[in-house]
Amino acid sequence: MSDLHEPALSDEWELVVGLEVHVELATQTKLFCGCANEFSTEPNTNVCPTCLGLPGSLPVMNETAVEFAMRLGRALGCDVHPSVMARKNYFYPDMAKDFQTTQYDQPTNRDGELALADGTVVGIERAHIEEDAGKTTHVGGGGRINDATYSLVDYNRAGVPLVEIVSHPDIRTVEHAKAYVSELRNILLAIAVSDAKMEEGSMRVDANVSVRPVGSDELRTRCELKNINSIRSLGRAIEYEARRHVDLYESGEAPRQETRHWDEDGGRSTAGRSKEDADDYRYFQEPDLVPLAPTAEQVAEIDAAMPVLPAARRARLGALSSVADDVLVTVVERGQDMLALGAIEVGADPDKVLTRIQNDLAVDEWSSVNAETLAVLIQMESVGELSATQAKQVLADMAAGLHGGDPRAIAAFHGFEAMESDALEVLVDQLISDHPDEWTRFTGGDDSDRKKMQGFFTGQIMKATKGQADGRAVAELLGRKSK
Amino acid sequence: MSALGVAAAVRSGEVRAVDVVEEYLARIETRNGELNAFNLVMADEARAAAAAVDACVAAGDDPGPLAGVPVALKDNMCTQGIATTCSSKILEGWEPPYDATVVARLAAAGAVAVGKTNLDEFAMGSSTENSAFGPTRNPLDTDRVPGGSSGGSAAAVAADLAAISLGSDTGGSIRQPAAFCGVVGMKPTYGAVSRYGLIAFGSSLDQIGPFSTSVADSAAVLEVIGGHDPFDSTSIDAPAFDLRSVLGRGVDGMRIGILRELSGGIGSVDGISPDVQARAAAAAEALEAAGARVQEVSVPSATLGLSAYYLVAPAEASSNLSRFDGVRFGLRVDAPTTGEMMTATRTAGFGPEVKRRIMLGTYALSAGYYDAFYGKALKVRTLMLAEFASAYEQVDLLLTPTAPTTAFRLGERTADPMTMYVNDVCTIPSNLTGHPGISVPFGVGDDGMPVGIQLLGPALSEPTIYQAAAVLEASAPHPGGKEGR
Repeated sequence: MSDLHEPALSDEWELVVGLEVHVELATQTKLFCGCANEFSTEPNTNVCPTCLGLPGSLPVMNETAVEFAMRLGRALGCDVHPSVMARKNYFYPDMAKDFQTTQYDQPTNRDGELALADGTVVGIERAHIEEDAGKTTHVGGGGRINDATYSLVDYNRAGVPLVEIVSHPDIRTVEHAKAYVSELRNILLAIAVSDAKMEEGSMRVDANVSVRPVGSDELRTRCELKNINSIRSLGRAIEYEARRHVDLYESGEAPRQETRHWDEDGGRSTAGRSKEDADDYRYFQEPDLVPLAPTAEQVAEIDAAMPVLPAARRARLGALSSVADDVLVTVVERGQDMLALGAIEVGADPDKVLTRIQNDLAVDEWSSVNAETLAVLIQMESVGELSATQAKQVLADMAAGLHGGDPRAIAAFHGFEAMESDALEVLVDQLISDHPDEWTRFTGGDDSDRKKMQGFFTGQIMKATKGQADGRAVAELLGRKSK
Repeated sequence: MSALGVAAAVRSGEVRAVDVVEEYLARIETRNGELNAFNLVMADEARAAAAAVDACVAAGDDPGPLAGVPVALKDNMCTQGIATTCSSKILEGWEPPYDATVVARLAAAGAVAVGKTNLDEFAMGSSTENSAFGPTRNPLDTDRVPGGSSGGSAAAVAADLAAISLGSDTGGSIRQPAAFCGVVGMKPTYGAVSRYGLIAFGSSLDQIGPFSTSVADSAAVLEVIGGHDPFDSTSIDAPAFDLRSVLGRGVDGMRIGILRELSGGIGSVDGISPDVQARAAAAAEALEAAGARVQEVSVPSATLGLSAYYLVAPAEASSNLSRFDGVRFGLRVDAPTTGEMMTATRTAGFGPEVKRRIMLGTYALSAGYYDAFYGKALKVRTLMLAEFASAYEQVDLLLTPTAPTTAFRLGERTADPMTMYVNDVCTIPSNLTGHPGISVPFGVGDDGMPVGIQLLGPALSEPTIYQAAAVLEASAPHPGGKEGR
């Protein structure tokens, strides 16, 4: 059993987590108006009567947003239903209309699931469409709305299309919570509906956390954690909150249901609004929009156009290679699995291809590397035409598009050719006689000395050969000479 | 002169639009102080628009079907750069950055907007007494109300301060003031006229329509303002109406139903006065004499309309009016915190009737009350749709009085909101079903004030309604719509 299945807390307490993830859809325009859906540093520039909620304005549904939402729903295995938009009424200055147009009892997507990389399945309750709010900056006081000197509102984000994905409380470990978000992100990128950047807020995660005695199936009082800005922060927040609950229970108290604010710097959560002072949102069907009624044909079209999802892509690569799971995860996450598959198909060694990609192609722009040129590079390295260091350099230049991305041309440009082993031996002998003390420490010292001196000699050789020597050949020579 | 008469004269070059507009501006100058029909007179804009129409005629270009026709706009329709108040203090100082679709369409058709008319604040009322800027008076008897909420638009046309005007009708706010002022008022099928730029009261009920002195003018305006608008999701994607061509077709063989529950007799709601009942009976006889087959039809749920309406409309209003919070536009009353600022602004900015309805609607939607109130009202709506559908299998149109009484006196009904609300008992059902309805003047009551007859039809039955309305108009005992008859 992998450590992912270990209880997160202790032998006595089990963690229960459900996640609510808000994702900004990467549409050209906002959900209900023609304003550009793009980040702007100048406040209140991507605005119009509709997203400012001016009197008399009306929403018009962005059909692409609906299609993206359904694509996401289908990627999560949800059933797509006829749905309606609803108004969620509450007063807040960044909510232009003082209600949010969202979905309530009739969401578009219901009853899906997300399989984590280790095979664990988390149920998806719903994935519904809604609009984003503007952004408020509270100036002065404690930086909160009710003690600020004044507040500024930027409505550029108001009306940006969101999908909120609500999981069942199926998550039992911190690692699973992180893996859920990470896999959801992979899916979002694969189906190209969002750029899903937690740091920039285009993917926002709220965690509903509770604990219960191991062996129990009750659902105890949960707290909703907000303001989580990274996957790492999600793990810390859940861990802190679960520990807080356990401490309360073990001291004879109990948590109360409330929203809590995660303070990343302080490493703790602070109490927000409790259930008692929660708003009554007075949901009702949005009369300014007509119901969404996707036809079976539309859903079938979405299914037909669905790209291969990350889990299947990892499985495909995994079947061809014997690298560790994390290599597969990385390569698929970066969308480099088709490149790898292509290179493998034309005969390159699968493990070498995947390892080289994982280690040395962690760049944003690599479109000038193709399956054939990558296969040539791997081949050159395999037969010793290039050292590992040289191969790394050549791949970097290929990614940069130098010399038409041709590995042979690049190697020739750098003057890379594997050194003849005779020449290398001459060089090693010379170094040994130049550095007798070091050599003695290498041959006669303890493990630590030997390691240090191996580094010293390898470094000298690489320096003398400008990196052209094959590291493995050097190690072998040093070993042989020390006997 | 009728609106179509003005347009014909301006189009032919016989009359200049600038002269027409001066004539109307002069009349507004004389009468508006007394009537308070206008919140704002757009003299400069109107003169410029009229000059543009004349230039268009002079250049030999088509100035549009309503060329030079002075039009008054209910002050809940957005006009770019021109104050739009909803007769509320809360919109103080706000100038919309855009035109409502109907405003743009009228302008494109050559009509000349002369001003913004008074209304019950946010269109909530039946007498135009709930205005932050004082009540509008009925031009036919200035001690009486013009009806509401579009009282300013009805009075403007009745007093010939505008040849035509636009109102909005959420529960009867076009038809009832049309009846009270003796003019023609039309509420089209929900979705037939774009609501884009109409400041919402009850979004699922609101519909814009025209006031005019004749059925033909009404048809001409609806042809211009109707038709699909991509900026309104509830706009019906159907071809524009062709209405004027059907006006002369008569009602021979047309099946007209007297709607029992709204006609004052046995099985009807209470409160429909005998003189109004008599006028409705006379109207039915006139249609029968013209060849229509008249029968009584029952729609039992029509009696539930008022109760359902006073849950649905306030519920939607409570949400629609949330945005008037002092943050982005209009009035702001400063206070230490944002929440307190919102409360202070709304307390100072809204009048008592608006507050009453916001509270009604808030409760109707609240957790624990939704099913008993709002949810039940939705069920009534569904029931009414089904019952009206079966009524329209028996008849082409239904006939009722537009309002239970003629225009009442100012102050007569302000003390008890319920006596005010029952004014809309005959008009409300077609808002709940989304069906069209017209009010045509048909003689006067015992007090000498006009009585309006309402014709109702199923969705998109406007051509049939206008066909019958033209017959009613022709057989009415007095020429409709002008004072001093």
